[in-house]
Amino acid sequence: MQPATERAQLLEIRGLTKGFPGVQALDHVDFTLHAGEIHGLLGENGAGKSTLIKVLTGVFRRDAGTIRLDAQEIAARDPADALSLGIGTVYQEVNLLPNLSVAENLFIGRQPHRFGLVRTGEMRRRASDLLAGYGLDIDVADPLGSFSVAVQQIIAIARAVDLSAKVLILDEPTASLDAQEVETLFGILQRLKSRGIGIVFVTHFLDQVYALCDRITVLRNGRLVGSRPIVDLPRIELVSMMLGRELAAEALHRNHCTAVTGEPLVAFKAYGKKRLVEPFDLAVRSGEVVGLAGLLGSGRTETAKLIFGIERADSGQAFVDGKPVRIASPRDAARLRFGFTPEDRKTEGIVAELSIRENIILALQAQRGWLQPLPRSKQDEIANRFIKLLDIRTPDAEKPIGLLSGGNQQKALLARWLATEPRFLILDEPTRGIDVGAHAEIIRLIERLCEDGLALLVISSELEEIASYSDRVVVLRDRQHVRELSGSDVSADTIMTTIASH
Amino acid sequence: MTRRHLPVLITLAVFIVGYLICLAQFPSFASTRVIGNLLTDNAFLGIVAVGMTFVILSGGIDLSVGSVIAFTGVFLAVAIERYGLNPYLAFLLVLGIAALFGAGMGLLIHTFQIPAFIVTLAGMFLARGLCFVLTTDSIPINAPAYGQITDIAVSLPGGGRLTFIAMIMLATFGAGIVLAHYTRFGANVYALGGNRASAELMGVPVGKTTIRIYMLSSFLAALAGIVFSFYTSAGYSLAATGVELDTIAAVVIGGTLLTGGYGTIIGTLVGVLIQGLIQTYITFEGTLSSWWTKIAIGALLFAFIVLQRGLSAASLRAR
Ligand SMILES: Nc1ncnc2c1ncn2[C@@H]1O[C@H](COP(=O)(O)OP(=O)(O)OP(=O)(O)O)[C@@H](O)[C@H]1O
Ligand SMILES: [Mg+2]
Repeated sequence: MQPATERAQLLEIRGLTKGFPGVQALDHVDFTLHAGEIHGLLGENGAGKSTLIKVLTGVFRRDAGTIRLDAQEIAARDPADALSLGIGTVYQEVNLLPNLSVAENLFIGRQPHRFGLVRTGEMRRRASDLLAGYGLDIDVADPLGSFSVAVQQIIAIARAVDLSAKVLILDEPTASLDAQEVETLFGILQRLKSRGIGIVFVTHFLDQVYALCDRITVLRNGRLVGSRPIVDLPRIELVSMMLGRELAAEALHRNHCTAVTGEPLVAFKAYGKKRLVEPFDLAVRSGEVVGLAGLLGSGRTETAKLIFGIERADSGQAFVDGKPVRIASPRDAARLRFGFTPEDRKTEGIVAELSIRENIILALQAQRGWLQPLPRSKQDEIANRFIKLLDIRTPDAEKPIGLLSGGNQQKALLARWLATEPRFLILDEPTRGIDVGAHAEIIRLIERLCEDGLALLVISSELEEIASYSDRVVVLRDRQHVRELSGSDVSADTIMTTIASH
Repeated sequence: MTRRHLPVLITLAVFIVGYLICLAQFPSFASTRVIGNLLTDNAFLGIVAVGMTFVILSGGIDLSVGSVIAFTGVFLAVAIERYGLNPYLAFLLVLGIAALFGAGMGLLIHTFQIPAFIVTLAGMFLARGLCFVLTTDSIPINAPAYGQITDIAVSLPGGGRLTFIAMIMLATFGAGIVLAHYTRFGANVYALGGNRASAELMGVPVGKTTIRIYMLSSFLAALAGIVFSFYTSAGYSLAATGVELDTIAAVVIGGTLLTGGYGTIIGTLVGVLIQGLIQTYITFEGTLSSWWTKIAIGALLFAFIVLQRGLSAASLRAR
């Protein structure tokens, strides 16, 4: 393999500038992509990564700067135009159409046709072939919306890969994929790379950066920090490039609270629902963090939904403070002072037009009832407190939440539930899509919450992380709670072997 | 598979049950004469409804169609009777004008991101106002071509007639089905209704599609206006008031979601026929006021909207 610098420059961005009211999202950013290179685009939440991609592909107009593709100056008018230039993109937002069939999603705008009529059979055959390459064997005539978020994500990637003749851009594509799916994706990206396609890859998972990328470019607050080959870049240096400060290595680890004893705050006995999760026993005490680990689809999220009343249990009994309770709906759960931040925060929960403040106080206000509005000063106080606490990057609390960067939206949603001061909080993938700095913040927050006597149930795919803050870890496999680890058994290795064992 | 087709199947079931009720009470409902008339009498509604289905599928609404129908009638009457224009030329002219009118509305909706509701409401007043500018009277159309066209019909066994008008409607539905389900344009319409922002990011030509959708709707409204003028042989500024609402009702009863993205053209045909059936029943009954048609359609519409809510909530939960 020859070094990337000797390859032809495929995409050359110089002095790219883009401002939004109150924010300079991009400030004279340079970016160079070579053919046959996988280029990591990194930076904290709100650094300007998605904006760079959207300006490049014509979603936003740029204020200044030049973009060259194959030494030709280009200015994509809209995403369709970018596609015709050979630039395929998976945007950070969910960007497919749930009401169309899988095949139509893959081929919209370029359906095979004869005499102006779409050849549906041919299109479906090609769609099946395409997805087979990703190990996906599904009925492509079914509407996309009937598949899980992970499958939809793979379909979005397959579409972009198929469309990108020269450049492929993936903005946090792995956010809802499990380890094996990520593996498949990486295999495909390596293949494309050897075909000379340039790939831009945005992620917050540093492991993936080191596993995949040849080169990285780091942005911070809309400015270019630097661009380096990955081979001789130590991890700690990469992190400090992103943060602009040193991150203490132990910041990512929680000092376990002293062993918690006492009666459980919440307990579930033989709790379950047919075809969703096998009946399980689970107890969480005040001040305790229980982790749920397992592969995607192992029943983690389903367990959370059952506990929060989104799904109704058909067996077993729930107890709070030792007294039997009925949880038939999220309202019941909220009344018991349970909180839940869902995994798919992009689509479940954001009210894009409302301000950050309004989004943060939403759950609290709903709990009080709409007839007793929170006084405005109190709203401002709460909103500003959480914006500071979680380091939400925004000029002020009144900005519509839809205009925040993806990761900052997630922090605001976390704030929504924290504001209700729950006794028992379920966090589904709390650090997904959140940058390293905020990552550490959130883990510290989890720690503080549990010291304050909160009971926490945390779902995460990152085993190191879950092992670092959990007092106990429940491991799930095939919709079954297979083992509960505690004490010194709580480690990433044990979790891994438990998941893998039969 | 079946879940997707459930709304249409329910519409079809309602139609069949309704038809059987009518049949039980009035055996002549089985005659081809009644069926032929059902098709002929509802031809204009069916033609507009095809266009409206595209509009609603894309997540929009077109309130101007009733006024466009009236404008078409008035324009034809003035052009043919006052200015002695050849009727066929007048047809082509008015179809062209309407298509431009629709394209203009689509352009406004797209470029200024104004809700379709507002733009087409303005279009509704504009088209109606234009009628009055042309004439305030009801002008009869006496051109011989009118008699000739209305007389074209295929005899059906049993004394019924499938008129040319009914054939135009059926052909429009046929073309609509092909357009919606077998062309790129059709897929783009569904895409717009599914999620406009996503459609744009996926490279769907949002602007071009929006313009074409409203162009199609106005074009078909003008075609319906021509057919309407065959019934009345006149052009009148106050004709076809409220037709836009009947049309929307037919589309929704036909199983198309008002929020866009889900629905079929064939469902709309059944929706139109259900409305026609109720009307025919009330005519046969003789004692009921014709307002009962509106009441029955209102109740049915309500039931269908509740049903759609239920279905979409159920399918969300199933995910
Ligand atoms: N449409 C918009 N209108 C106004 N401001 C915007 C808009 N889109 C992005 N911004 C702002 O631009 C800045 C950069 O956002 P961007 O989405 O590019 O961040 P990012 O690097 O992708 O972050 P993340 O990792 O959280 O996805 C943020 O401050 C954001 O609030
Ligand atoms: Mg982003």
